[in-house]
Amino acid sequence: MQHVSALREPLVTGGKTLHDVTQDICYQVEAKPNLRWMAALSVALFFLGIFFYSVYRTLWYGIGEWGLNKTVNWAWDITNFVWWVGIGHAGTLISAVLLLFRQKWRSSINRAAEAMTIFAVICAAMFPVLHMGRPWLAFYVFPLQNTLGSLWANFNSPLLWDVFAISTYFTVSLVFWYIGLIPDFASIRDRAKGPIARFSYSMLSFGWKGSAKAWSRYETVSLILAGVSTPLVLSVHTIVSMDFATSVVPGWHTTIFPPYFVAGAIFSGFAMVLTLMLITRVVFRLEDYITLEHIALMNKIMMVTGSIVGVAYITEFFIAWYSQVEFEGYAFINRATGPYWWAYASMMTCNVITPQLVWFRRVRYSIPLTFILSIIVNIGMWFERFVIIVTSLHRDYLPSSWAMFSPSIIDIGIYVGTLGLFFTLFLLFAKFFPVINMAEVKTILKYTVDNGPTYNPEKAHAAHAHHPATHGAPASAPVTYNKHD
Amino acid sequence: MTKRFALGIFDDEDVLLHAIDNIRAAGVKVYDVFSPYPVHGIDDALGIERSRLPIAAFFFGLTGLSFALWMQIYMLGFDWPMIIGGKPHIALPAFVPVAFELTVFFTCHGMAITFFTITGLYPRFKVPVMDVRATDDKFVMAIELDETSSQLPRLTQLLRENGASEVNQKEMTKN
Repeated sequence: MQHVSALREPLVTGGKTLHDVTQDICYQVEAKPNLRWMAALSVALFFLGIFFYSVYRTLWYGIGEWGLNKTVNWAWDITNFVWWVGIGHAGTLISAVLLLFRQKWRSSINRAAEAMTIFAVICAAMFPVLHMGRPWLAFYVFPLQNTLGSLWANFNSPLLWDVFAISTYFTVSLVFWYIGLIPDFASIRDRAKGPIARFSYSMLSFGWKGSAKAWSRYETVSLILAGVSTPLVLSVHTIVSMDFATSVVPGWHTTIFPPYFVAGAIFSGFAMVLTLMLITRVVFRLEDYITLEHIALMNKIMMVTGSIVGVAYITEFFIAWYSQVEFEGYAFINRATGPYWWAYASMMTCNVITPQLVWFRRVRYSIPLTFILSIIVNIGMWFERFVIIVTSLHRDYLPSSWAMFSPSIIDIGIYVGTLGLFFTLFLLFAKFFPVINMAEVKTILKYTVDNGPTYNPEKAHAAHAHHPATHGAPASAPVTYNKHD
Repeated sequence: MTKRFALGIFDDEDVLLHAIDNIRAAGVKVYDVFSPYPVHGIDDALGIERSRLPIAAFFFGLTGLSFALWMQIYMLGFDWPMIIGGKPHIALPAFVPVAFELTVFFTCHGMAITFFTITGLYPRFKVPVMDVRATDDKFVMAIELDETSSQLPRLTQLLRENGASEVNQKEMTKN
């Protein structure tokens, strides 16, 4: 029971009833795929084709197909890995952190954001696995006794921590997402007309009936999973940042990395959520569920995290000077004024300057501007990782081995290919799964349609204690549901 | 075995909660309530006890933590000690990340498995439901009837008086 002020903007507009919610969200699942969706899927599949071709070249001819050299031996692969993992973080933030903070507005966006997390982590995982060169030996990263000797994995290595962090993150997100989907699959199952749909959604719904006890446990489990996912999401990017921070490369060896990377991850993740949501709400006509208020709130989170990232950039620069370590100082001067100055400038512009526009209410509530901003932030965050990785490596301690990095066509192919993979998965999700958590939206509906609950447990129980004879009659007049026909 | 139920269909959660209170107070046992979303306060109204799942979660987490620490200490400290970067064999600070991740891993998956098991959720071909609208917009209160359904007229009246928009009868085969 929660009281919501009448002054608050409603979370769901259009005076929806419970049935309208089911109808609006199941519509996309039940309707024949529309032309726009098919067109989008074919574009995504085309890029997926590029991905498969690039992977084939990488595996058949080896890592030499990439633009790496002796000096810059880590470039686009790790850039893309960090970028994708970072994008995933917004989904968990929305589903776990905002749940614990009781931010009810998360209900309309959490499903799609969690799906985004899962798909982004799948895309991220492609890069380290492909960089192994022989992905069929990927199981070597787990602590299994080496068949050729009796060595175990090295638990002192941040790269191994990454294995544990990313696999935990992926499986936990998947389970959390699926448990949330079960009641909605049951809704689709109970409406399904065709035998195939009924059969598939019966299987997917795990026999959910919505009984009171099941709901009670469901809520307990959701809270516990949110509770463990909250530190998890912070740990994942912390550990990713330790891939760099625990090394002794100037520009990487900084204690600021964990919080700076986590803020950057949430920043880029919210940008991607905004990009996807702005498209989804138009394509699937969900403007009443993903309102301008949602967009403004997400913009605010984007601005806060963007400002944290901006402060981190400046702090890093300051510390490089303040420490008076010659190499550290050079690494930063080289970032800003060296041959990769354009990457640094793009990063600064996209991540520090443009998000500040969100201070203006008109920008925050403008759909086209938000869309453009979200794309700019995604580009900026990609450049951030590129700057950190490539500019720190390309001029190492020995000037004779200084080099430049340029990506090969296969590097580019794998990167745009993962975009294809991501959008293919997202489009399939959007067509066959409910894109909005119906059960959760239904819980917040009542408080936006009329003025809250009339049931008061204390009063009701007290009434029974004193007037045992009047039980046949209702304790108060039945509340009529405000239906806005 | 076939069981018969009287189903009271409600349109609103508050009406439902009042009805549960009144019907239980009238000495009728509510078999179960099916709703499209979690109705807050229904646990108290129906007398559902507080779940002990959080305790299970703690022990799953503890298992994960112990397993992770044992694994790392055993592998690097005893089974095949290696000097890595001149650090001690059992470098506990370096074991923290994996220990944390496995704690979360065990908690989450332990909880999911426990939840599916105790709630009886598993993939199945056909799901017998009391009323298909219970996953859409209706709140369905099921009350078990005896062989002869003799209480039905009284229950119908009771449910109606408490705001049920419909009262139906349903036979469920339980195996």
